[in-house]
Amino acid sequence: MSLRKLLAASAAAIVLPAHAAGALEGAVTKSEINPIAIAMFLAFVGLTLFITKWAAGRTKSRADFYAAGGGITGFQNGLAIAGDYMSAASFLGISALVFGSGFDGLIYSIGFLVGWPIIMFLIAERLRNLGKFTFVDVAAYRLKQTPIRTLAASSTLVVVAFYLIAQMVGAGQLIKLLFGLDYATAVVIVGVLMVVYVTFGGMLATTWVQIIKAVLLLGGASFIAFMVMRHVGFSFDRMFTQAISVHSKAEAIMGPGALVKDPISAISLGLALMFGTAGLPHILMRFFTVKDAKEARKSVFYATGFIGYFYILTFIIGFGAIILVGSNSIYLDEKGGLLGGNNMAAVHLAHAVGGEVMLGFISAVAFATILAVVAGLTLSGAAAVSHDLYANVFARGKVDDQKELKVSRMATLALGVVAILLGIVFEKQNVAFMVGLAFAVAASTNFPILILSMFWKGLTTRGAVVGGGLGLATAVTLTVLGPAVWVKVFGYETPIFPYDAPGLFSMTVAFLGCWLFSITDSSAQASREAALFEGQLVRSQTGIGASGASSH
Amino acid sequence: MPTELLERIARDPHYLELTRKRSRLAWTLTAIMLAVYYGFILLIAFAPDVLRQRVGDGATTLGFPLGIGVILTAILLTGIYVWKANGEYDRLTARIHEKVGGQP
Repeated sequence: MSLRKLLAASAAAIVLPAHAAGALEGAVTKSEINPIAIAMFLAFVGLTLFITKWAAGRTKSRADFYAAGGGITGFQNGLAIAGDYMSAASFLGISALVFGSGFDGLIYSIGFLVGWPIIMFLIAERLRNLGKFTFVDVAAYRLKQTPIRTLAASSTLVVVAFYLIAQMVGAGQLIKLLFGLDYATAVVIVGVLMVVYVTFGGMLATTWVQIIKAVLLLGGASFIAFMVMRHVGFSFDRMFTQAISVHSKAEAIMGPGALVKDPISAISLGLALMFGTAGLPHILMRFFTVKDAKEARKSVFYATGFIGYFYILTFIIGFGAIILVGSNSIYLDEKGGLLGGNNMAAVHLAHAVGGEVMLGFISAVAFATILAVVAGLTLSGAAAVSHDLYANVFARGKVDDQKELKVSRMATLALGVVAILLGIVFEKQNVAFMVGLAFAVAASTNFPILILSMFWKGLTTRGAVVGGGLGLATAVTLTVLGPAVWVKVFGYETPIFPYDAPGLFSMTVAFLGCWLFSITDSSAQASREAALFEGQLVRSQTGIGASGASSH
Repeated sequence: MPTELLERIARDPHYLELTRKRSRLAWTLTAIMLAVYYGFILLIAFAPDVLRQRVGDGATTLGFPLGIGVILTAILLTGIYVWKANGEYDRLTARIHEKVGGQP
């Protein structure tokens, strides 16, 4: 066994979800109008709009808008975090992987999960104790406001923009496929609904949309998995036996396969995914919706539990699809491939075990899932504009509550328009690289600044700005010069930078930059910042001085 | 936070106990999680045949129970942390709060 294979395997665990998360690529054909799916989706929209109206009555201050007044419980927040993480693409993508190669799919979902305990042990409670509305509050806690906020808000917007485009394009494709709606119509519907949820209902509505969607998704997936288990007489062993007998790879689905490219890009993407999760602004923002560190910890525990359970379900669903879909000619095209591609494995399985009704339900849940994820992204982008850039940089912290709230709503509207336009512009583009880039930027700018500001006394404003800026620039530049953009988008023969994922390089540059430009910083500002560390540490450990729940 | 208050907390025996115990647990659990995860990955890389080995006389291979085990370990470890932190550590934190009269 070579080192190459080892490294490849170690990162294999996390490679595919990045692509899976961008998901639904390639030519997608418009399908027949599906009335059950549309009725169920309309019921979901009706319910969420009703909740938005209720939430709007309770969204009166910026604390309500950004953080739902800090009044979400740990359990609710855990569900909402799980909702953010269980995107339609990860549901369809991971079950597709299991369907295609069995055991390998399980390796991927494990890689996706193991970042969460680390967030729990090292980040969650310190973040909650130090921040107010955004993770940038924490990064700028003892450093100079203007430069840090400008940088962190910019990288937040970059992350949000790429993630949002990938979701919008995925949404358009998926909806075209599942509902038979026109691509542009689908993108506009998604964009308008997300703006309505966020503008009127703020974080409270966004959280509940996320919770409802998480419950529907977990419920639907549990039902399908239950039906699969019933089919095999509740015996995993029988499930494996049947799967082996019908799968084209036979026994090979029962052990590690070979789905990995070169080890460097594998490690690189693995790093970006693990630490990118800990730097995603819309995930970090969720920790401010609970009242204190205790609830923040509970959130992560519930989230980890739900996400882990969900991955076990997707694994059963993938095997169920091998047995019930892969061998049934009504789901296959003339070449023996799955109709609509492997990403449709879970959708076809829903039909196989629950008929038209379950198919409609799962389609509606997939649509709802996309809506919930884009709403969360838009809200964190709006907060970067109104809270970090407008209130704390432009107005230097001197802004009244209502004015900031108004700016945040305008920012939401603007982001919605931009998201719709970009969604339409990028329809025919290959957007697979965008989710990877979003994770790489989060891991190379947000994560280093955040973790160093909390754990390392020596970090100075100069170090953070130079290091974070270099990380951002490196991640973007290497992605553009790499195969995903240089070859697949621009159409050149060979890439200038040979790897798909820049994370290994951009994270190294970021951490080195932060370190070098901090230790050589002998300014008076730098020693003031170091002197503030002790107070920050005590607050991060005890919560003394932390902002509590807002009062209504 | 006023300097005088800060120094009082930083010297407080409960504060010292809290930070010592909590960071020991946090780093220990982090290390266990990384060891379990990378242990699994090392098996995939160096001994894939171990994972392909059948358990009993059925079709199930060792890889599946181990893989599910990693998922359950992740959930279990976060559970242990929450249990310790929301019980023992929060009681210590509450004592610090009482002493300094800070808002919880």
